[in-house]
Amino acid sequence: MVINLENVYKIYKMGDTAVHALDDVSLKIDEGEFVAIVGPSGSGKSTLMNILGCLDTPTKGKYEFEGRDVSRLNDNELAAIRNRRIGFVFQNFNLLPKLTALENVELPLMYAGKSAAFRRKRAREMLEAVGLGERLHHKPKELSGGQQQRVAIARALAADPPVILGDEPTGNLDTKSGREIMEIMKTLNKNGKTIILITHDLNIAKQAQRNVHIQDGKIVKDEKVVG
Amino acid sequence: MDILQTIKLAFRGIIDNKLRSFLTMLGIIIGVTSVIGLVSIGQGTTAKVTEQIQSMGANLLTVNIMGRGANTTLSYEQAMEFLKSPYISGVAPIISDSVTVEHGNENEENVQLQGTNEYLPAVRNYSVSSGRFFISQDVDMRRKVAVLGSGIASNLFGFVDPIGQTVKIKGYNFKVIGVMKSSSSMMGSTDEQVFIPITVAERILQSRGVRTIYIQAAGKEAVSSAKTEISTKLDKIYRVKSEDENYAYRIFDQSEMLDTINETSKTMTMMLGGIAAISLLVGGIGIMNIMLVSVTERTREIGIRKALGARKIDILNQFLIESLVLSGIGGVIGVAVGYLLSWGLGKAFSMSTKTTLPVVLIAFGFSIIVGVFFGIYPANKAGNLKPIDALRYE
Repeated sequence: MVINLENVYKIYKMGDTAVHALDDVSLKIDEGEFVAIVGPSGSGKSTLMNILGCLDTPTKGKYEFEGRDVSRLNDNELAAIRNRRIGFVFQNFNLLPKLTALENVELPLMYAGKSAAFRRKRAREMLEAVGLGERLHHKPKELSGGQQQRVAIARALAADPPVILGDEPTGNLDTKSGREIMEIMKTLNKNGKTIILITHDLNIAKQAQRNVHIQDGKIVKDEKVVG
Repeated sequence: MDILQTIKLAFRGIIDNKLRSFLTMLGIIIGVTSVIGLVSIGQGTTAKVTEQIQSMGANLLTVNIMGRGANTTLSYEQAMEFLKSPYISGVAPIISDSVTVEHGNENEENVQLQGTNEYLPAVRNYSVSSGRFFISQDVDMRRKVAVLGSGIASNLFGFVDPIGQTVKIKGYNFKVIGVMKSSSSMMGSTDEQVFIPITVAERILQSRGVRTIYIQAAGKEAVSSAKTEISTKLDKIYRVKSEDENYAYRIFDQSEMLDTINETSKTMTMMLGGIAAISLLVGGIGIMNIMLVSVTERTREIGIRKALGARKIDILNQFLIESLVLSGIGGVIGVAVGYLLSWGLGKAFSMSTKTTLPVVLIAFGFSIIVGVFFGIYPANKAGNLKPIDALRYE
């Protein structure tokens, strides 16, 4: 089991009132699954994503990632998980604007302590794999949205993590680019990666194998997608 | 974490924000420049003063005689007694007066006539530019020979070689045997002086009194012994009972003077450097300020990096290196400008400046320390950002 959430709460204090962004959430995800977490905005799906990605910690409850209790890990161990076990793909790409595509893809490898030569080679391969072999030295703003997201995917894959977390990865893209990104995701899943997508778009969610519906911080429906 | 890569990125960041980076570095540049410039001036002055004092002659003791009661001077013979001391290698007593020197229709008024002996050039580190200084026979035989200061020589003789010519002093004819090399020091110049044997001076000035004696100690170690011996002798002559009531003579010790002046100028140099160092500190605060702005501006970047696996130390290093690169470049430019400044000041105002390697290293090192010190807080702030807060930052 890659992910095991047990009775997880995330509570934010907003003035005097406590907001339950996650309210007693339990969720298990196995290796090789392709899961879409679906919900309207404000449902708590982003909070869930942040906790799954070890970017945030639950207020209460247990989260095990690959069998390790995340609440017991220190900052450096969490950083190592984010670096080597999880690849992030964000809605707004989150590329560093001053770095070239190649340098952006190299970042996780740099934090993994890989040599410059290895980084360069690996980043080039990743970019070629997502069809950007001709755009290695372009800055993000010189690329289209779809291309930027492909750079982000190459970056997410660079350190070869078993889990890919996508936070509305097609949200800022036109239909055609969105479809391309989803195709890449499906291929990755076929190649053995565990894919977890956050989306509010049911058409995107349909392409996953399993849909977890979340509303008001609670999982309301967890279903296999048929067809 | 790749240090080289980080340094490269820091440079790129500086180039991307040229004006801001320059203004930030300006504080450090001005700081380092002023440290180097001011300390160079201080050290240059010290070196020059030291050189001037040393040029007065090595291990020089100057004895001024005020005398006691009617006995206000020392005789030449009494003065030469000092030469018997093993601690003393040269004694040059002086009898002096203001005279008029004539040659043909030319005359020079208010010339310092110095009656002395053959030891003077060695004791005072003087030398002749042409001809020779007088020797012991000239003194013993009371020869009427004169050595002219370079100013006197050119005023009286113009382009004519004065050697072998005759000048008239107090109605006596003197044969010019040498011209002094032009010199100027704190202790006055020989340019407007005329030197004659002391034995002759005694007669023509009708004065038997020596008021000034230049004495050369036999070595650096002999200076204090020589001084004691001179005092003992003079105390006996003038019946001085204790140091407190000694109004009869004064002994000036060149090395003592040197120490005093060195001490003073060292203090001055330190003070100048200290004032300049304050501007380095202000430059550091400038760096801290801009680094804090930079951390806030780049919160999102920090979030992205943390999401990709950057540890606290990675982020901290990144910002620390940027601050170091800023202060380091500022330091290098400051060193260059400081060098130029001290060189330019030296040229423009004929000031003596001396830029030594330790000062450059200290100033540069200080700029680096400032970079680290004022970079730590912003870098730490960046490193401590929670990934989720940083990512959410708009």
